[in-house]
Amino acid sequence: MKKIYSRIEAIAGNVITVHAGGVRNGELAVVSSAGRSSLAEVIRLHKEKVSLQVFAGSRGISTGDRVRFLGHPMRVSFSADLLGRIFDGGGKPRDHGPELDENMIEIGGPAVNPAQRIIPRNMIRTNIPMIDLFNSLVESQKLPVFSVSGEPYNPLLARIALQAEVDLIILGGMGLKHDDYLFFRETLEKGGALNRTVFFIHTASDPIVECLLVPDIALAVAEGFALQGRKVLVLLSDMTNFADALKEIAITMEQVPSNRGYPGDLYSQLAARYEKAVDFSGAGSITILGVTTMPGDDVTHPVPDNTGYITEGQYYLKNGRIEPFGSLSRLKQLVNNQTRGDHRALMDSMITLYAAYKESLEKKAMGFKMTDWDRKLLKYGVIFEREMMDLSVNIPLETALDNGWRILASCFSPEETRLRSELLHKYWPSREGETD
Amino acid sequence: MTKGRVVGINGNMVTVEVAGDVTMNEVAYVSCAGKKLKSEVIRIRGRLAEMQVFEMSRGIGVGDEVEFTAELLSVRLGPGLLAQVYDGLQNPLPELAAQCGFFLERGVYLSPLDEKKEWPFTPTASPGDTVTAGDALGTVPEGIFSHRIMVPFQFREPLRIERIVPVGAYRILDTIAELSDEKGGRFPVTMTFTWPVKRPVTCYRERLRPADPMVTQIRIIDTFIPVARGGTYCIPGPFGAGKTVLQQVTSRNADVDIVIIAACGERAGEVVETLREFPKLADPRTGRMLMERTIIICNTSSMPVAAREASVYTAITLAEYYRQMGLHILLLADSTSRWAQALREMSGRLEEIPGEEAFPAYLESVIAGFYERAGLVRLRDRSTGSITIGGTVSPAGGNFDEPVTQSTLKVVGAFHGLSRERSDARKYPAIHPLESWSKYPGLIHAAGTEYARDILFRGNEVGQMMKVVGEEGTALEDYELYLKSEFIDSVYLQQDSYDPVDAAVPTERQRHVFRLLFKVLASRFDFGSKEMARFFFNQLRQKFLDYNGAPWQSDDFRRYEDEILSFLETKRSGEDEEGDRILKELGGVTAGGAS
Ligand SMILES: Nc1ncnc2c1ncn2[C@@H]1O[C@H](COP(=O)(O)OP(=O)(O)OP(=O)(O)O)[C@@H](O)[C@H]1O
Ligand SMILES: [Mg+2]
Repeated sequence: MKKIYSRIEAIAGNVITVHAGGVRNGELAVVSSAGRSSLAEVIRLHKEKVSLQVFAGSRGISTGDRVRFLGHPMRVSFSADLLGRIFDGGGKPRDHGPELDENMIEIGGPAVNPAQRIIPRNMIRTNIPMIDLFNSLVESQKLPVFSVSGEPYNPLLARIALQAEVDLIILGGMGLKHDDYLFFRETLEKGGALNRTVFFIHTASDPIVECLLVPDIALAVAEGFALQGRKVLVLLSDMTNFADALKEIAITMEQVPSNRGYPGDLYSQLAARYEKAVDFSGAGSITILGVTTMPGDDVTHPVPDNTGYITEGQYYLKNGRIEPFGSLSRLKQLVNNQTRGDHRALMDSMITLYAAYKESLEKKAMGFKMTDWDRKLLKYGVIFEREMMDLSVNIPLETALDNGWRILASCFSPEETRLRSELLHKYWPSREGETD
Repeated sequence: MTKGRVVGINGNMVTVEVAGDVTMNEVAYVSCAGKKLKSEVIRIRGRLAEMQVFEMSRGIGVGDEVEFTAELLSVRLGPGLLAQVYDGLQNPLPELAAQCGFFLERGVYLSPLDEKKEWPFTPTASPGDTVTAGDALGTVPEGIFSHRIMVPFQFREPLRIERIVPVGAYRILDTIAELSDEKGGRFPVTMTFTWPVKRPVTCYRERLRPADPMVTQIRIIDTFIPVARGGTYCIPGPFGAGKTVLQQVTSRNADVDIVIIAACGERAGEVVETLREFPKLADPRTGRMLMERTIIICNTSSMPVAAREASVYTAITLAEYYRQMGLHILLLADSTSRWAQALREMSGRLEEIPGEEAFPAYLESVIAGFYERAGLVRLRDRSTGSITIGGTVSPAGGNFDEPVTQSTLKVVGAFHGLSRERSDARKYPAIHPLESWSKYPGLIHAAGTEYARDILFRGNEVGQMMKVVGEEGTALEDYELYLKSEFIDSVYLQQDSYDPVDAAVPTERQRHVFRLLFKVLASRFDFGSKEMARFFFNQLRQKFLDYNGAPWQSDDFRRYEDEILSFLETKRSGEDEEGDRILKELGGVTAGGAS
């Protein structure tokens, strides 16, 4: 029988301190008073002084509440029974279904041995040209959608989830608006994907500490399924809320902040989660698609900035479109060779020209005379935005490539595209004039 | 042996009450759930030792036992290091995987070197010889190298060889020689010994000034911002600008004997590419597999942070060991910012007074101390060896005005700054040609590169002006300058790392192509209109890009070159005097691909 401690010495933020012996770092405890109880996790030890982070928050906790240590760290039940179910960040059902307590597995487990990873090679098709053509999503990749708040990032996530060929979807919601949660549920249900989905949902009105648990619990479950050979897609929305929760705890613990109040280990904390994306040799895989809202549309804000350094490329969502700039998928070169011979070169050429279009647009805005070249670019930019960037475009990669050549040929002469002659010979639409 | 008990835990920092003596940076093991977790003492206050645990600290409790080893954090040196994949503490990852499966298991430490393998040893010293630290006792073949078996670096005094084994096969732990000192002490020596990672190896005669270029086969680097063998350079850049790709291509093509890759706090996936490809990729210099001359130290971002801090030291110590054999080593660290962040995390837990952006006040001296371990040295046997260090920096917000970039810039010999603007426009490698610098001499006659750089600079100014006054307000002469600078950029500075030919341009080809480029730059033209000028350079660029993609001295190569030369004549009206003089110094260009 575990001892019960009944004197809480300090309460600050969501952290309480008790005097107790024989406690281990990371161990769980139940904090209970009449009528309510919450899990709490040991986050610091000093002699007999034990600091715990209370999942349900410290509101209403009294110094007379009882603390019972459980002798094990945070765990989640793992089995096929999870499918179609909805839980909160602490792993409690929020769908009125039964609690699960079989086959408990630890969350936040150790990293995969790099020597056991394999080179990712399967492209996940989404039929969104800005993704398939310009920034291919690859199985076992970790990619965030960088978004200004108010952009339709959750619909985009749901659409990719439904179109992607994966076995299971695990949705981790952090600080999700209740409406968005319902939107996800309805969309996946309509798409017939509910019975292969597990939800771990923390909404904006839930206790902040539970927000911190969502990625770990979602990824532990994903890992379990991946080891059984399943292709798992994990959706995390919104990781900025997760980072803000980290910040809050760090400040409570009086850690020295490094950048705009965020703790110095923000990078390591985020990386520990995103690096769970993996392709196991001889088993399944985990692909992570996250959302990172950019406070003030500022990419240099610590959360998007650190995320950018961790993830393997990102999608920028702006004005309802995926921007072609921003960093490239780190993995595309591994798969773009296998799609079509013109894929990589065409992509680079189209982006370079689109960047030039942006410059011409600027010049025009400043009232300069437009040269022939500028006029060509201006024409190109408009078509590019309409036929490639618009989120309503839903076509397979090959069609998108063909469209790309058609767009180029309708705006430029071959040598203006900077493409090698060899490719021009092969792909340049002939009716548009001579190839040299 | 000193023992102690855990009294506090904060993240990966454990406070231990010690009964006995402890040494700063000593290794200790914390017993936790039947496992012994490796740790390092990082501060001592009275009877309390504060240690960083190189593993996840979950499950450690107050009262847990701690054993101190009286040894500093060290690596094991000896034959068999090449082609290995280690974590930051020199744990061999493939062997670990064979034992533990998919996941890293804490508290499992395996021998970094194969202790059963037999190596054919040939003595090069004889009984009666006087030797000291770093002197060769014999050699064993390791891949393409003759691996020197050396007197352990700890023996700084002269010693006499009492006995040495004859030619034969020995394992690394077999005694191969016995040394004695004046006082009659006897020291058996094996083929392996350990060395503390944070102590530089200094068993050489003298340090020399790095002078020879370390050819990377990347045009913008070798021509404009070169790196010297034994020199240091850094690659700061925002995320996605191409730091890792740059290091990956350098690790394949650099003209050195051994490459050590320290994947420090970055993505595991990136290491996997190297790990899986290098054993299959042939090294054009030797014909053997690239892996045979590579060591990978891999402490990626989700592996324990304290071991990340150690990993760069593990890497540099292995580099120093091979340098002692008269070899040229390139150490690539990606990313030094993650290492600095590891320092910051520990400093925070130690509650030290934070400096800028919460980095510790000693950040600058730690960075300087690391890069100082690079260098070209003359060894005692008069051969030379070198360590070149290239580190990426990942500045917060992509802004170079931050502590890690700034501290690094103070100590390195070359700066390859990546620009977001260039990577957004897919201009790779996205090294900024005007802001980057190097203090080392390059492949090409300095007058030639200065001339080209001047065009880049002035052309860029015209480009900026044009943004204000528009194309119509620009003189044709200036516009031509602008087109020339754009031309240098698109056919010479930019290089396609994924093209089989363009990816690596050896010295000879680089000099040759530079001469042809230079001929264009030194030419005066008769265009008549800006439209004509632009049209001409578009065409010329197209031909030059095809030329860059043609194999060296192939028929295509010669044909494209002839085409470029004759196309050039269609508009050329003469040449710039100074340019013409430099072109003669460079060796000129003759039609037909000969030079
Ligand atoms: N030289 C190059 N040639 C072609 N493509 C490149 C080149 N350099 C970078 N890229 C493209 O940019 C992507 C990002 O490059 P890389 O991973 O090297 O960035 P990074 O600076 O290391 O970013 P991070 O800081 O996030 O690690 C690559 O996956 C590739 O698609
Ligand atoms: Mg990188």
